[in-house]
Amino acid sequence: MRDVAVIGVGITKFGELWDVSFREMIIEAGARAIEDAKIDGKQLDAMYVGNMSSGQFIRQEHTGALIADHAGLVPIPSTRVEGACASGGLALRQAVITVASGIHDFVVAAGIEKMTDVLSGVAMGALATAADQEWEVYVGATFPGLYALMARRHMYEFGTTEEQMAMVAVKNHQNACFNPCAQYHMKVTVDAVLNSPPVTLPLKLLDCSPITDGAACVILAPAEKARKFNDTPILITGTGQASDSISLHSRPSLTSLRATTEAAKAAYKMAGVGPDDIDLAEVHDCFTIAELMAIEDLGFCKKGEGGKVTQEGETAIGGRIPINTSGGLKGKGHPVGATGIAQAVEIVQQLRGEAGKRQVDGAEIGLAHNVGGSGGTAVVHVFKRGD
Amino acid sequence: MAVPRFWREIPSRYNLIGSRCGNCNKVMFPPRHICPHCRRIGKLEPYKLKPRGKVVSYAITHVAANGFEDQVPYVLAIVELEDGPRLTTQITDCDPAEVKIGDEVEIVFRRMGEEGEDGVLYYGYKGKLVKP
Repeated sequence: MRDVAVIGVGITKFGELWDVSFREMIIEAGARAIEDAKIDGKQLDAMYVGNMSSGQFIRQEHTGALIADHAGLVPIPSTRVEGACASGGLALRQAVITVASGIHDFVVAAGIEKMTDVLSGVAMGALATAADQEWEVYVGATFPGLYALMARRHMYEFGTTEEQMAMVAVKNHQNACFNPCAQYHMKVTVDAVLNSPPVTLPLKLLDCSPITDGAACVILAPAEKARKFNDTPILITGTGQASDSISLHSRPSLTSLRATTEAAKAAYKMAGVGPDDIDLAEVHDCFTIAELMAIEDLGFCKKGEGGKVTQEGETAIGGRIPINTSGGLKGKGHPVGATGIAQAVEIVQQLRGEAGKRQVDGAEIGLAHNVGGSGGTAVVHVFKRGD
Repeated sequence: MAVPRFWREIPSRYNLIGSRCGNCNKVMFPPRHICPHCRRIGKLEPYKLKPRGKVVSYAITHVAANGFEDQVPYVLAIVELEDGPRLTTQITDCDPAEVKIGDEVEIVFRRMGEEGEDGVLYYGYKGKLVKP
């Protein structure tokens, strides 16, 4: 296997982008990545696109070909990858495997979701198709509902509080203020989160990530060719993916995502590092409780102490292990298929030292963690500065 | 939902028919077609579960799933049945503030929703607190 490097990244503004189409968004992200990599589009060999549900959101399937066409990249192979909210992370993994195998040299991993061309109720219904339609959604489960079940059980087993969950939203909104592409440039307080309207208690509106339009793109190359394009190539040293039951009730634990622990184990092993070596991480905070469980499952703190370490500021920029410096899904926004790629963009910018006011000093090793559904899929990547 | 898609699941939704593996004796709900423990040597057969269990976790839904708007606020729960498997269900006929982890529930037959004004009615199971 060959070592793989990221040579270019690009991302659109995240938000309710009513004046921009699906096609325009992906081309904007792609053009920025190509410009960043200083590569000619003609050199690109293949593309993977993470996209959860264009069929439901814009009534358009077959988006692999659509994007290759409108990006002027035909006839290169272009494949759409779907794993609910982990679609972007899975597209990245497919691109990494393709470059590592030697089949192709210069491979695009893109992610996109256009979510605001439908009413929010339709978007919620589309997202719920990532849960078990016959045995969860049929009885009235929603996505916030499933994560609320995890939250209630986490509170019961470990004494986690609603205030501690709110602190995740406070921190991620704060970080998002320093990220030009974030959906929200708006700080929130613990009180504002606690007093926001109930969605599925114990989760309130400000515990939930928003509905977002956005696209992101990274360009990968074999490490030995990366320096021709970029003075600071960022290596992807580990990739891991795991599956679990699609329905939450079929899993032995409600307070840990086994797909995350398994994917992390594989990624750490491949990269030859452990949780203590990671300088910063982007984790899948689709709900505030999800960040607390993620930092436990990734090994950044003991099981059950996610709330405590968040309260003590260990996950803030300047803390022991900064989490979601981009603002995360909560503050930056969560265009589901784009999220896994957007996480990679943030880690690359941080490791290059290009993250501006949200820069983590001396960051050398970063991690990205992307989850599909309530934990049926998880994918973890480890990144390292290539010098 | 297409009528056949609903109709296929009636035994499980009306009568809690799951699966039991004749090889490892594990009971599963919803029913499965392969025993994940025994795989090829598994021998799955239909098994009627006892409609009793305990609340493992619960959440109070204020923003409903599509089709459940007239039921808010409703309690969504994961219940562990006495036979072992867990299922996701609503807890019905109660004040949402009453429900606690560990509460005993009985699984009862209830109307779940309807396909518009002229379409089919959906039925299934909900949990009901067993008062001591």
